Amino acid sequence: MSAEGGPRVGVGVAEAGAHASRVAHHFQDFEQQRHAARFGMWLFLGTEVLLFGGLFVAYAIYRVAYGDAFHEASCLLDLKLGTTNTVVLITSSFAVAAAVHYAHHDQKWPTVVSLLLTIGMGLAFLGIKSVEYAHKFQEGALPGKYYHFEKVQEPGASMFFTVYFFLTGLHAIHVIIGLSVLSWLAWRAIRGDFKGGYDLPVELGGLYWHLVDIVWIFLFPLLYLA
Amino acid sequence: MNDLLRRMLFLPPQGSTVAGDIDQLHYFVIITTFILSTLIGLSAFFFFFRYRRRRVGQLTAKVEPTLWFELLVIGLPTFFFLLWAVIGYRDYIRIVTPPANSIDVYVMAKKWMWKFAYPDGPNSIAVLRVPAQRPVRLLMTSRDVIHSFYVPDFRIKQDVVPGRYTQAWFEATQPGRYQILCAEYCGVGHSTMWGEVIAMPPDEFDAWITHERQGLGQRRDIGELSTTPTEIDPASNLAVQGRQIAASQGCFKCHSIDGSPHIGPTWLDLYGRSERLASGDYVTADEGYITESMMDPRAKIVLGYDPVMPTYQGRITAPETAAVIEFIRSLRRPEPGAAPSLTYPPAASSRIGLPAPRGPVPPTAPASLGGSVTGVLNQAPATRDPARSAPETPPPTQNISPPRENTATPQPAPSGGRAP
Amino acid sequence: MSEPHAEHHYLNHETTVWSWLGTRDHKRIAIMFLVLVLIALFLGGMFAMALRIELLTPAPDITDALGYNQLFTLHGIVMIFLFMIPAIPSVFGNFFLPLMIGAEDVAFPRLNLATVYIYVLGASLALWGMIHGAADTGWTFYTPYSTTTITKVVPILIGAFILGMGSIFTGLNFIVTIHTLRAPGLTWMRLPLFVWAIYGTSIIQVLATPVLGLTVLLVAFENAFGFGIFDPARGGDPILFQHLFWFYSHPAVYIMVLPAMGIISECVACFSRKNYFGYRAIAYSSLGIAFVGFFTWGHHLFVSGQSAYDNGAFAVLSMLVGVFTAIKVFNWVATMYKGAISFRTPFAYICGFLFFLVFGGMTGVAVATVGLDVHWHDTYFVVAHFHFIMVGAVIMAFLAGLHYWFPKMFGRMYPEGWGLVSAVLIILGFNATFIPQFLLGNMGMPRRYFHYPERFQALNIASTAGASLLFFGFLIIFIYLLLAFRYGARAEHNPWHSRGFEWRTSSPPHPHNFTRQPVFTHGPHEYNRPLEESDDVR
Repeated sequence: MSAEGGPRVGVGVAEAGAHASRVAHHFQDFEQQRHAARFGMWLFLGTEVLLFGGLFVAYAIYRVAYGDAFHEASCLLDLKLGTTNTVVLITSSFAVAAAVHYAHHDQKWPTVVSLLLTIGMGLAFLGIKSVEYAHKFQEGALPGKYYHFEKVQEPGASMFFTVYFFLTGLHAIHVIIGLSVLSWLAWRAIRGDFKGGYDLPVELGGLYWHLVDIVWIFLFPLLYLA
Repeated sequence: MNDLLRRMLFLPPQGSTVAGDIDQLHYFVIITTFILSTLIGLSAFFFFFRYRRRRVGQLTAKVEPTLWFELLVIGLPTFFFLLWAVIGYRDYIRIVTPPANSIDVYVMAKKWMWKFAYPDGPNSIAVLRVPAQRPVRLLMTSRDVIHSFYVPDFRIKQDVVPGRYTQAWFEATQPGRYQILCAEYCGVGHSTMWGEVIAMPPDEFDAWITHERQGLGQRRDIGELSTTPTEIDPASNLAVQGRQIAASQGCFKCHSIDGSPHIGPTWLDLYGRSERLASGDYVTADEGYITESMMDPRAKIVLGYDPVMPTYQGRITAPETAAVIEFIRSLRRPEPGAAPSLTYPPAASSRIGLPAPRGPVPPTAPASLGGSVTGVLNQAPATRDPARSAPETPPPTQNISPPRENTATPQPAPSGGRAP
Repeated sequence: MSEPHAEHHYLNHETTVWSWLGTRDHKRIAIMFLVLVLIALFLGGMFAMALRIELLTPAPDITDALGYNQLFTLHGIVMIFLFMIPAIPSVFGNFFLPLMIGAEDVAFPRLNLATVYIYVLGASLALWGMIHGAADTGWTFYTPYSTTTITKVVPILIGAFILGMGSIFTGLNFIVTIHTLRAPGLTWMRLPLFVWAIYGTSIIQVLATPVLGLTVLLVAFENAFGFGIFDPARGGDPILFQHLFWFYSHPAVYIMVLPAMGIISECVACFSRKNYFGYRAIAYSSLGIAFVGFFTWGHHLFVSGQSAYDNGAFAVLSMLVGVFTAIKVFNWVATMYKGAISFRTPFAYICGFLFFLVFGGMTGVAVATVGLDVHWHDTYFVVAHFHFIMVGAVIMAFLAGLHYWFPKMFGRMYPEGWGLVSAVLIILGFNATFIPQFLLGNMGMPRRYFHYPERFQALNIASTAGASLLFFGFLIIFIYLLLAFRYGARAEHNPWHSRGFEWRTSSPPHPHNFTRQPVFTHGPHEYNRPLEESDDVR
């Protein structure tokens, strides 16, 4: 913190040294800026949890109302593909954690490789998901008025697929956003932006990807193992 | 005292057994509110005069709240608020718990009408006849969107939700007429979705409902006899033919001819009327539009109605179409120049729109129901197709009972079983 | 006092169009928001006047039923999403929060600028939706009406989603700013009460808005594709929508009213020239309202058929909000005790605010009393109640803040005489508009009625008459503030001799707020001791 009444301009330069160019004028020093950015990101992740929260509530309500239909419909989801996807996504979280670690230690190429691995796994996840979606479209296991799936005809069965598509669709949108962020990070990593302890974007991007992962960890048992 | 406060607060008459208690709590809350607001306002006013600013830059003493002050400002409101919550909750439990000896009435709400059905008949639209001094339980559901059954005089209100049943109950303290309003926004006709509770002296109610049920039985008997297809006498008036064709084609399943709201627009005064369409345009209901509506019903939907009408292309011949249009043309109100609009179905407003006189209503008194529909209709045989008229026939006080059927409406189970 | 206006400040710092459109200065962003929300207020006000004129008679006067339904929908959407929610946080919060905590800017200035464009985008979408087949669902979008209506709801829903995003970012920005950018010596217990109020507001914005975002998207999907999530014909539950919707929209009331309370805390202290009375009580009750506000949504469903146990619980929880509000009211009044009160325009609005908040709050307690609510639910009583809180309290505070801070923001004074006249006009007009509506509610007139039984007409005429007073009051304010902005007398740096922290810098402030690092050795509004040297950071 600066001295009492001291000149405001230049405080950042004095204390943050090498990071000076990255400190915005309204921050005292680099550490304060990092703290603010991290704090902001966590709050943002909180809002994301609440965004999904509404759908989880809808799931809970309809699950209680149509327990049998939900159980039957859930059994007809492809457990193998679902499990594969879970494994792929958890592994990708490991890869992004590695990227954060390498970026923190100024290791450029390991950072890039880890990020690219994460992106690859994210794409694989989307690929598998689209195979599952294609199946559902063929079978007619679709939401609301489009539902014409013969295997489950109980009341509430179409509701399972409504909730299924909303939950997985919203999650898939998050995966796509996450992938865009990771690609941007990978590009910046290749350009060599993350050095000299400046790894904040990687850390924040990693946090976002972990959120995507954690949401799936809740979706998988609720939808596939119900 | 009660009456004075009630009038000062513009509260409606206390028509039900719970209304008095609700109003007592109302007075308690409002009087406390007034006293508290006035005290706060006066103390601010007093401080302003007592502590006016004497000079610029004046310094003032720092005053910290004492413990008793804090306890007071937390404790006092908490005490009153919780007291009201408890009393209010006790009253609420009374409002939502029907007594065991209640009579049941099924209520079906839809855009924009109230339908009532007694377990053993009869059914009615917009008018609910109940015995006074006897609890009545309403089992309510909606056909389309959420409505809310509200009788200000009874201090009861209950949302009517599609896909589930909700219930409400009341006990009218004395015979009289009480307005029903829809309190949950439901579209263009929301503000005219009114009805009326007619509380009758209990013995008169018993006599009335017995009479109604007998009537139902008789009409059902006739209905079973006349199973032969309607013969159209070519010699009869074209409008009469049109009426018979319309009946045999099932037009009255959705269109009323007395101005009462139904699934489709009423035919009363339809011809020549300017209708607002769902698209926002206006169209004049002439031969062209009416013919188009029969052949391609979804082309121009009148605002506020669902596109549910099937096409009659190939099901009805050209002369028959002309006859139906002639019949529609004949459905006129006597007043010349009365330009009815969609928003105020004249029959509806004449029936329930005027402030209803309060007080006992003899059940046989000709209520203003139905009004005087003249034209071909009155000469036409009232119930050529009586089977159709049975389930939804309004009370006998109506001058005419146009054939009306509503098989498309899923009736609540007990009354549904009665439908012929 | 140094020569006012001779210096360099944020308004004359740069004057190109781009220096405004691309600015990251929280003060300029606040001014842009001020312009935007005033346009929204004007628009919403015109809709309100049209509604009142239509309700003069039971018959159709200027529009038909559909037109009326679209009008009240637009009135609600414009007033709530475009005016009430962003008004105080995005204008005064943006302008004064950094000044009050001794920061040069908010934590994320670019995000702050983005919220302006998010607002413009959301508002344009909603306005576009209004022009092309305006929605007629009411701002509450109740299913299944909103999913089956023939009018176009989807653009407005997407607009609401986008506006919600902007609201989240504003809240997030403020929370991070308050946590990380307080100047040396500014401890939590020295924060101005406006900052505490904004902090409580921001928590609600961040935690509740995502649920609204999701809910409006679900309705939009349901309306466009028929996925059946709220459709009873497919096993969906329309009441679930109401739960999700009110989970946001009830706390949203506190998004509107908490910052208003913050402004009043500042103004009461300044114009009574008095330390805040019960600082901790007011600060903690802001957080208390923010917290309890999340658990009261069920009182909007008292007659929806939800379980009687829920109703009992929600009734008691709703009462707690009343307790917290009462604590604040008592403390404000007590702040005047032994003060040195100067009756200027903002003080007139404080008096109006106190009356409307107490009356609106107490009627709020009355409608939270579930037995009474059965009669009042969805009637004009509720309409009058929430207008007392939203227009009465929030607009009074908005106007109090606008007058109090007008010299700070623009370096000019408004005409005091006109200020008092219009304040009296508005307060009277407001009472004349909404007290008849309370009585209409007692009589049993349901809300959203285009056509009404004739016995309601007299009170409706009274209400419309009051609304026209209100309209003229606003017109006068609008005119004299515009003129004052251009021709008003040059203001001193601190015309009120206020000891609020935002007055420690020059008026209008320097582009970077302070010329030297502010340091705080005590709390704001301490009028019990002489000024210190560190109190001035011009």
